Amino acid sequence: MNYLGKLLLIILAFLILWTSPSYCKEPYKIGAIFSVTGAASFLGEPEKNTVQMLAEQINKAGGINGHPLEVIIEDSKSDETQAVLAAKKLIEKDKVLAIIGPSTTGESMAVIPIATSAQTPLISAAAGASITQPVKERYWIFKTAQYDTSAVEAIYTYMKKKGIKKVGIITITTSFGDAGRKALLELAPKFGISVVADERYGPKDTDMTTQLVKIKSAGAQAVINWSVGPGQVIVTKNWHALKMGIPLFQSHGWGSKKNIELAGKAAEGVIAPLGRLVVWDKLSDKHPQKALLKKYVTDYEARYKSEPGTFGGHAYDALMIVVAALKNVGPDKKKIRDYIENKIKNWPGTGGIFNMSPIDHCGLDMTAFEMVIVKNGDWEILK
Amino acid sequence: MGKGNILSLLILTLLIIIFPIVIKDTYLHTIGIFAGINALVAIGLTILMGYAGQISLGQAAFYGIGAYISAILSLHFGLPVILSIFLALLVASTAAIILAIPALRLKGHYLAVATLGFGEIIHIMLHEWGPGGPSGFGDIPKMNLFGYTFTSTNDYFYLVWMCVVVIMIFSLNLINSMTGKALQAMHGSEIATQTAGINLTKLKIKVFILSSIYASLAGAMYAHYVTFLSPSSFSLFHSVLFLMMVIIGGISNIWGGIVGALIITILPEVLRGFKEFDILLYGLILTLFLLFMRKGLVPMTIATYKRWIHR
Amino acid sequence: MSLLLQFLFSGLTTGSVYALVGIGFNIVYNSTSILNLAQGEFVVIGGLMMWFFLEGMNLPFATSVALTLTVAATLALLMERLTIKPLLKKGDLLLMIMVTIAVSILIRGLLMFKFAKDPYTYPPFTEGEPLVIYGAVITQQTLWVIGITAFSIVILYLFFNKTMLGRAMKACSLDIKAARLMGINVSNMVMLSFIISGLVGAIGGIAITPISLMEYDKGAMLSVKGFCAAVIGGLGRGRGAVVGGFTLGILESFTAGYIHSGFKDAVALLIMLFILLFRPAGIFGKTETLRLRKF
Repeated sequence: MNYLGKLLLIILAFLILWTSPSYCKEPYKIGAIFSVTGAASFLGEPEKNTVQMLAEQINKAGGINGHPLEVIIEDSKSDETQAVLAAKKLIEKDKVLAIIGPSTTGESMAVIPIATSAQTPLISAAAGASITQPVKERYWIFKTAQYDTSAVEAIYTYMKKKGIKKVGIITITTSFGDAGRKALLELAPKFGISVVADERYGPKDTDMTTQLVKIKSAGAQAVINWSVGPGQVIVTKNWHALKMGIPLFQSHGWGSKKNIELAGKAAEGVIAPLGRLVVWDKLSDKHPQKALLKKYVTDYEARYKSEPGTFGGHAYDALMIVVAALKNVGPDKKKIRDYIENKIKNWPGTGGIFNMSPIDHCGLDMTAFEMVIVKNGDWEILK
Repeated sequence: MGKGNILSLLILTLLIIIFPIVIKDTYLHTIGIFAGINALVAIGLTILMGYAGQISLGQAAFYGIGAYISAILSLHFGLPVILSIFLALLVASTAAIILAIPALRLKGHYLAVATLGFGEIIHIMLHEWGPGGPSGFGDIPKMNLFGYTFTSTNDYFYLVWMCVVVIMIFSLNLINSMTGKALQAMHGSEIATQTAGINLTKLKIKVFILSSIYASLAGAMYAHYVTFLSPSSFSLFHSVLFLMMVIIGGISNIWGGIVGALIITILPEVLRGFKEFDILLYGLILTLFLLFMRKGLVPMTIATYKRWIHR
Repeated sequence: MSLLLQFLFSGLTTGSVYALVGIGFNIVYNSTSILNLAQGEFVVIGGLMMWFFLEGMNLPFATSVALTLTVAATLALLMERLTIKPLLKKGDLLLMIMVTIAVSILIRGLLMFKFAKDPYTYPPFTEGEPLVIYGAVITQQTLWVIGITAFSIVILYLFFNKTMLGRAMKACSLDIKAARLMGINVSNMVMLSFIISGLVGAIGGIAITPISLMEYDKGAMLSVKGFCAAVIGGLGRGRGAVVGGFTLGILESFTAGYIHSGFKDAVALLIMLFILLFRPAGIFGKTETLRLRKF
């Protein structure tokens, strides 16, 4: 080839490389801390899977304004020390633009000072109110999981409608159960409800009939169980065997078909406030969340052969919120933070419709839940 | 203190000083801080188990007491950090005395299980009565020494490892002194030691207290570094981890405590890629070590070195 | 009255599993003076493997039970041959305890690898309405658990007292030298003790899973509580573990029922510590000095 030809070839190659998507533009790096192993892996695993799946989909579609999305996922092993180490690594070593997660309230609390002093936006997937309150001290911190208090409000509102005045609560002695218990005790008076029994059990306990019997004999008109993990199933089975005659309410951790499967016919009639992800197919087509929920659930099930559950959805929302910010303001931590605080309004996600603001870094309230009852082994939305 | 030990101390001090300067990766500094904190516990445990022949399956309890008491005193009662730490050590040693007095009547397995029971009870107490219960609490004041507040990673790195050096000096002196020789004798044969006129009971109590002080000091440092505590960091699993540090490092040499702590702290980082396998690998490594390398790394290295120079 | 009975039934259910784990502890302890802290893992193995054969592979009930027990026995055998036997000669107590802890972590890792962290269950052995006695409810599966535990205890009693093999094992626990002189192969007795205790644990797991589900990490808590049961009854005393286990279960239940359910777990530990400190020999034990048997 002559001299001119070689030059043209080089210019052509250069042009091709320059315009080809995802291979020349700098990747946008986001960090993620999930409890993939350890006690909270039921949270971390679907969260990790969700984020990996979404990142792939985004990159296949050309990335964010042409920039590939790189999500660096760290396993905190459900341990705060590891979460702290992970956060430091992501910020100092990988220099991420934002961090999604952690999966649990405890780990989120441990990581908050680090994200704050590094001025890096943190979008937690955990439920604790103290993660985003007081807002004055949580400038860089957001969360996508509904407040436990919202779930409690949903239950109490329903109970008030049905005239239930006395409840017995039974909670697990983990931070999830503890947060629920505090919320249940605190909010009851506001709805004219009195808590006549306050029972607890450990994560590895095998039988809760004693606690349930105490609740019944205290004159409760309903039982509320607050836990995730096998405890929910055991309580359900015990409740059924005892023929307690009063309704059983579960927390928003109940939202997994596996629980219905494991509890068998004991699950019939159990009521819980659940994120719409679990009942997406029962929603009207006009509902703003239906389309994205349908896509998320079908994609996830096709790829991972199991349901994502509402917890995976928290990671979905966290990631997509950051992606939305990146799309609009680019790789600037402060701008990302400002965007999330101010521009996420009426934003449909899996957990609900988000309305972030300078005084609310969570953006969800009790309307994010549907009251759902188990009927014939399936979910049914209660009107 | 032998020449070997003095030389090792000097090398350690040197390494500590140059580490943050040579290694720029601040993430590694953070790992170094946790390794140092763990080393404090491991050194105390090595003295207890290796030199005094006593077993503890509940060291995480003292670690937790140190952390929680120091945090509560400085956060909720507004005491200066240094005073909080001192009082925390006092509480931990009192707990150690309470455990040691009845435990002395036990031997072998019974003692092991008593310490395990103690560890679990403290864990449950932290769970039930600790601030925030299972959810833990934060905003713990940072380390503050005579007006200087420690904030950066470097600050804590030097603080923790200087403590390690000081503790090592103290411990090495202890082992080489009368008390130390008495300790080793007791491990070898209690009857003989008693015949020599040494009060066994007092010795055992002292060693328990010592190991509890080291562990609670480490816990307090952890609290003021991470500034957030929850009971899940002080469980039976962590007691077992401390044991692993001692076994891997070498039960008969307190330098083993540092080596074991380094390895166990770095292990999760190395295993980060093996997410599902981590518990399996922990179990496998521990089992293999116990089967084939139970002397521990430090004694084995020393033995190999000795053989090599005498070739 | 019905409240008391309900607490009692609940306590008997959990107590059965504690009793079985405690018995397993005693069997190994009697032949080797070792505390097998991996004992609880065999309960988990029983539950999870039973699920695997019954639900996962859809095998008939009896076949699943047989296969599960075979797996448990094999694992116990491997544990003894590979990790216990080589180290037993050293006579180092600390080492032995550490080894059992290490093996328990290893087993847990294997189980997690195969079964992940999910809870598993399968249908109760018989379906039907629970029994109501004086207002207290007792499910059929609970009756199975208590029944199977009682049956196992009887079988073990007969084994150790009426069969040659069982009496040989008993002889080992009483006096090693004499046993050897009588021509008993001590090494085989040790192996057998591990296998039997593994089987006992697995039986507990098979029975309890329909009630309480089973996950990979339930083993640690069961080991601790089962051990408490053995200590309360007197380490090494067969009857002791049974009494200890049921007592523990019932006391836990009563604590949750009459005092405060948050302290339930502490009960086991406090009682155990109390016994250790004031009557180390347990309810049935004789005060004897502890020594590691020499092999």
